[in-house]
Order: sequence, then structure tokens, then C-alpha cells
Amino acid sequence: MAETKYMTINMGPQHPATHGVLRVVLELDGETVVSSIPDIGYLHRGIEKIFENRTYWQGQPLTDRLDYTSGMSNNLAYCLAVEKLLGIEIPKRAQYIRVMLSELQRIAAHLLWISTHALDMGAMTVLFYGFRERESCLKVLETVAGARLMPDYIRFGGLREELPEGFLKEAKAFIDDLPRRIDEYETLLTENVIWKRRLKGVCPLSAEDAIGYGVTGPVLRASGVNYDVRKAYPYSSYEDFDFEIPLGTAGDVYDRYLVRLKEMRQSVRIVDQAIQKLPEGPIKADAPEYVPPEKEEVSKDMAALIRHFKIMADGIKPPKGEAYASIESSKGELGFYIVSDGSEKPYRVRIRPPSFLNLGSVSKMIEGSLVADVVAAIGSIDIVLGEIDK
Amino acid sequence: MSDNSEFLKILSDKVAGVKIVPTPPGEPSAMVDRESIHEALDHLRYDRDLLFDMLVELFAVDYTGEEPRFEIVYILRSTKNNARIVVKTRTGDEGIETASHLWPAANFLEREIYDMFGLPFANHPDLRRIYNPDDFEGHPLRKEFPLEGKDFDKPFVVDLEKA
Repeated sequence: MAETKYMTINMGPQHPATHGVLRVVLELDGETVVSSIPDIGYLHRGIEKIFENRTYWQGQPLTDRLDYTSGMSNNLAYCLAVEKLLGIEIPKRAQYIRVMLSELQRIAAHLLWISTHALDMGAMTVLFYGFRERESCLKVLETVAGARLMPDYIRFGGLREELPEGFLKEAKAFIDDLPRRIDEYETLLTENVIWKRRLKGVCPLSAEDAIGYGVTGPVLRASGVNYDVRKAYPYSSYEDFDFEIPLGTAGDVYDRYLVRLKEMRQSVRIVDQAIQKLPEGPIKADAPEYVPPEKEEVSKDMAALIRHFKIMADGIKPPKGEAYASIESSKGELGFYIVSDGSEKPYRVRIRPPSFLNLGSVSKMIEGSLVADVVAAIGSIDIVLGEIDK
Repeated sequence: MSDNSEFLKILSDKVAGVKIVPTPPGEPSAMVDRESIHEALDHLRYDRDLLFDMLVELFAVDYTGEEPRFEIVYILRSTKNNARIVVKTRTGDEGIETASHLWPAANFLEREIYDMFGLPFANHPDLRRIYNPDDFEGHPLRKEFPLEGKDFDKPFVVDLEKA
């Protein structure tokens, strides 16, 4: 009897389909994956450690650098956790703007995903279509934040500044145009025979496994589990908006694609409602000891200048306590757990990166599938290594 | 988070060594003795009244100077009851029992704690460092670890003889 030997091959960290620096060690029986070990940490910057040595204000820009495809969502999650610690109430207008921006960011992130995933799977055209819309989406976000990827616009206590003139019109024009564009992607992909054959039944994840592995976001919902933080634990006035949670049934790569496409359509609905219902009023919470005054006020009023200086130089001191706040980012449940010891620096900031736990399920997903499908599986969970490695 | 005190009460009735503690500004959480954490987690996962089937979050906090030094925090979610609770335990350098047989998600999360705090998890299937290289010295999230790391101010020179 000949002895059966498995072959071990190394995929990454410089592999174009791993979306960053992910290394997977695969053990193969012919073309079939027997087992696999994801190896991460190539991008590890120790963000949690840096947080402990910065004031709450200085920690804010670090959040942009976690999941660099959805900066607004990261800002929002951090702010919600700090605001919970401070116990401050955010004005309705700021909450609606936050919803609007994080949904626009979700659209941008999903557009990036659909473009690159289709490219991974051999459909090149979608990349050009997807990036065209992503560009206009990022332009809309740029008008409000001044930056395309690192917005740092949502601050605790509200927003950095009032929306620029004409923003609502631009955003409205973008989302009015988008459904037609999504139809275009659907024409290219959804009923495409090659696309379906490549994706259907590939690397499925059962609902039980998905829950056990702590998978969240579109991957979990593609497996048919109805869990979306926006509905389960509404934050930032999401309860005021009317939208649906798209669910899949098979939990395979094709369902993950469908769920994300439908999610974009729902995001369009939410942004549309936010624009229509946007209330007038302040954009910063009424909490002078934590929230810096407006720029105009600083240049006119001495007391405001002093207050601004005190907040920026000394930092804020939240009361002793612990708070966990989570949001539904484009990848899944993004959570911040902050422990405050009453000083100006957080005692411990724990980030729950959705991609990290989603990646944990990859070994299960690709067990018994072909080597070529590993690329499909990794692409379909939409990981961002900046977030995994922290 | 929704109201979780009823689940905490069920847990403290069934397992000894469970205390319900207030965690300002949020809702109460359960502080479990190190000896009972294994049993408590088992109950949380499989007890018919609890069924917390999703491990949302698992991490450690280093309270230097306190005894025992480390706090390990579990955030659990029950899909069936649509509830989320926080369970904590305290341990020293000796670490605790793994939870990866209850939730596969704990595999990665415990490796992270092992890497960052140096706490071993007994019976873990694959306890290796997750972010840092295997020969890395020290555990970065311990409070005594310097922010800039060891030899941060020295120039980086590759020893060609050794390499």
C-alpha cells in the first residue's frame, strides 16, 4: 500500500486575492483542502496599546485606521462607546447625519467589495463599474469630511462641524442614481451563468457554525440568521428608519453576494429617509465640559477660547466605569469596550473587529473545498487586514 | 443592551460563586469565581433557559496591583432569547480553562489574550501567539510593557552573519 501524504502549501502574505497581508497555510489532498491555518499579524500596530497612552481625543483618529474602507463607521462606534461613558445625549440632527454618513460609507465599502470580489472571480468589467460609483460616493463623503478614507468627522458629542452647503443635494443625486447602477451590476452578475457556476454552493457556512464562530454581518445573514445590530440594539436613531434586513438561505458565496447587493439598496432607502426627515437644530451635545465650542465662538468669546483650550490640552475625564457599544459596520458587528479609571486616558480600549472573527470561520468554510475556492471564500467574507491586525 | 438581569439571576441560582455586580454606567454583569467559570460557561451555553450560543467578545483587562491581576470579560449573545450579557472572571498568571469547545470563536480570541497578556488557556487546541512572532519577548498589553517596545530607540541593524 502506498502511503498517503498531504501536501502543505503556503498562500500569501503577498497573494493578490488575500486583500492585504493574510497568509494561509493549506494542507492539501490533491486539489482538496484538508485543513488550513490562517496566519495574521503582519499589519499589527498595537492600536489598543496606543489607545491606552493617548487621551480620548487623540484616540479618535486611530479608529479611522482600523477598517480603512469604512472610516465613518469606525468613528461612530468609538464615539458611541465614549458617549455612553460620558452619559451625554446627542441631538437628533447629529444622529440623523451620522446614520446618513455611515450608510453612505457602507455603500462605498460594499462597492469596493463587489468590484474586487468580481475581479478575484475573473469578472473584470465589474471593477470599472463599481469603482466609478465608489468614486462618486467618496466624493460625497469628501465634501463633508475633507478626506476620502480617513474622515474623522464623527466626534464624540456630535459632529466636527455643520454639513457643508450643497451636501444634501449631492448626496441625494448620488443615491437617486445608485439603484440604476446596482441594476447594472445585477445584469452583469446575478444571472450570469459563469458567475453562478463559480459561486453557487461554494464554501457554505451553516447557520449553527456561523453563530458558533461569532461571525457577524452579511456573512452571518447569508446563512439565514437574522442578526443585525441596527435592528437588535438600535443606536443613533436607527429605530426611526424603515428598512429591511436581507437574508440568505444557503450561506454560500453566492448568497453573500446577493445579501450585500440587497443591503446597498436598503442603504439607499435609509439615506433617502434621512435626507427627507433631517431635523433642524444643533449638531453638538449640550455638555460644555466634554464638547469643544464651535470655531466661530472661539474667535469671538474669551471664555469659549479657554474652554476649547482646556478640553484639547487636558483632555476630558469621563467618570469611572465601563461601556460597550457596537454598531453594524459594513463587515459586521464592530464594538468598542472602554474601561475608564476616571483619568484623561482610557484604562483599556478593546476593539471587537468583525473581520477578525469572520476570518476565524474560514478554516471551517474551506474544509473539503478546492484550492481555487479558497480565493472565493476569503473574498466573500470581505476582510480588511487593517482591522484584523489592529 | 437589553435587560439582562433575569438571565444573570438564573445563572447565579444554578452555579455557586456567581455574583451580580453593577458596572456603571451600563447594566449589571456577572462576576464569576475562577473555580466556577468553567461550569458557569457550560451552563450559559447549554442550559435550556439561557442558551447563549454566540460569543460576541472575549478579552482581558490588566489591573496591575490588584489581586488577582487580570480580568477576563465575556460578552455573550443568545440568538433565541435575543439577549446579551457580560460575564467576568478574575485570574492571576495561571490563566483559566478554555471555552473553545463551547464556542469555536474562542479559539482566536483566546490566542489573542495569550499573545497580548500571556495568560494560558488550559486544554486550548492550538495555543500559539496570534499577532506577534513566536519568538517575541513579552506581552504587549500588560501595563509594564513599554509603549514603544524594547530597544525602540536603537537603530535596526540586520546581522548578516546570523541571517
